[in-house]
Amino acid sequence: MTRDIAAARIMPSGADWSATAQRWRVPLLTVALAALPWIVPSQALAVNILIFGLYATGFNLLFGFAGMLSFGHAAFFGAGAYGAGIALARYGVGWFGAIAIGVAVAGVLALLIGALSIRSRGIYFSMVTLALAQLVYYVAFQATDWTGGENGLRGLTVSVIHIGPLALNFLDPVTKYYVILVFVVAALYAISRLLNAPFGAAMEAVRENESRAAAIGYDVKRIKLIAFTLSGLVCGLAGTLDALHLSIVPIDTLFYQTSGLAVMMVLLGGSGTFLGPFVGAAIFLLIEDVFSIWTPHWQLFVGIVFILAVLFLPRGVWGTLAAWHKRRSA
Amino acid sequence: MTGPVLVAEHIGKRFGGFTALDDVSVSFEAGQLTAIIGPNGAGKSTFFSLLSGAVAPTSGRIRFEGADVAGQPHHRFTRMGIARSYQITSLFPQLTAHENVRLACQAIHASARGGLWRDRAHYPGLAEEADSTLALVGLLARRGRPAASLAHGEQRALEIAVALASRPKLLLLDEPTAGMSPEETKEMMDLIARLASERTVLLVEHKMKMVMGLADRIVVLHQGKLLAAGTPDAIRTDADVRRVYLGEGRSGRG
Repeated sequence: MTRDIAAARIMPSGADWSATAQRWRVPLLTVALAALPWIVPSQALAVNILIFGLYATGFNLLFGFAGMLSFGHAAFFGAGAYGAGIALARYGVGWFGAIAIGVAVAGVLALLIGALSIRSRGIYFSMVTLALAQLVYYVAFQATDWTGGENGLRGLTVSVIHIGPLALNFLDPVTKYYVILVFVVAALYAISRLLNAPFGAAMEAVRENESRAAAIGYDVKRIKLIAFTLSGLVCGLAGTLDALHLSIVPIDTLFYQTSGLAVMMVLLGGSGTFLGPFVGAAIFLLIEDVFSIWTPHWQLFVGIVFILAVLFLPRGVWGTLAAWHKRRSA
Repeated sequence: MTGPVLVAEHIGKRFGGFTALDDVSVSFEAGQLTAIIGPNGAGKSTFFSLLSGAVAPTSGRIRFEGADVAGQPHHRFTRMGIARSYQITSLFPQLTAHENVRLACQAIHASARGGLWRDRAHYPGLAEEADSTLALVGLLARRGRPAASLAHGEQRALEIAVALASRPKLLLLDEPTAGMSPEETKEMMDLIARLASERTVLLVEHKMKMVMGLADRIVVLHQGKLLAAGTPDAIRTDADVRRVYLGEGRSGRG
């Protein structure tokens, strides 16, 4: 029997390739993102891909790996942005403290919305998250003293970032890009660890077969709540970075279209894959960037590409490539 | 034999106005293989769901190793040592055979199941445990294949392997030979006999010949109630059982 086990181990399979890809996915993505400002047409586009790629990755953690389709992730992106923005503009907190506060606010909100929404499943879960996120939107809309209401939150410009003796000019687009990149890469590393850890496996078990996951000893509700909260934390971090980048928090940040953005980007790139959300964010934002120059109806083109992708590449662009390579090497 | 592992005391289950199971009391001795039989709709599946913790009874108590466990969540039953397999194959279809079993190994180790940081491959023993469980059911060569791509008989074997990986003291098997060919059924029977030599097993099965040859004890359910319990010989000659079940011409099936 022991010899059988040894023999099965040596047998080459597709697992080798995917193991290698898994080990190198964070370094590879880091290199690609570091080169991004010199590849895409504009600096602004590169920063957006960075921030929305992270946002989509946070959403994918819940949707792609735990199988829970939230229509309310704008709440966590927005909570991060407003949390950091209010700390900066109203309380004069430093940039790093503001990021920490934004992420914490998003995490607490995710814990609350998660606890309320994981009681329901499937489409009902999606609807509860949508309703609760819209509730957050209307509260922010009304609380003008704090949030600036429909004019958005202003007055949070960070011009210099001090790291020890170092003073970095945050108004310089290149410097700003790499400061944000450091946070994004740190988050990606943590997410990669999480997905490879036992908890990542447990999330996949819940996605694949919830009742069997409970039957083999997993506390499914607990896994769902933790996954929801971690997902909210990552999206919250993306939100804080967006606030720092824009120096303003528009009220649209919390609107349900922002939730839809994450769904579209992840489906375009490939749900349940590590790199898919970034590929999806890049495609989406690139189409916006190119087509919005010569037509205000650029969303029409995003829509067409999205429909084509859903019809012909149901695994998403990256998901299809990865599956194709895996089949060939298997 | 060291006394009963599991005792059901007057357990019942109502779904709205329908009583699926009514006042059933049975105890299961350690080390025995007990088969649960009964016509369709007799309450076998409900009984199984109650004993495995998937569903809480609406009345009565379930004692496992002396403690009342009725009403505890499903995952607690598994961690205490009760695991089940399903009549309709219930696996993690996109994950490999190895990962299906490894997940079950991981779940019963408190130090491993919730880990957020350390790589799952670095938890000692889990992968080896999963592979030796796969070897036990003859699936080791298929370890890297997604569960969905396995043949029906292989999926049935994996179904058992996932349940076994929880290292249960009490193993509940729900029609393990459902949809199997005669050769596969024979192999499965041999496997069940081997498993039963090391732990307490409860078996729901339609194939009467198989049940009569394999079980130490048989529990007969009929219309949600306990009709009879005893050795295969006693059940075969029981007048009530003959009337409602064996007399219906189903004894030769399988």
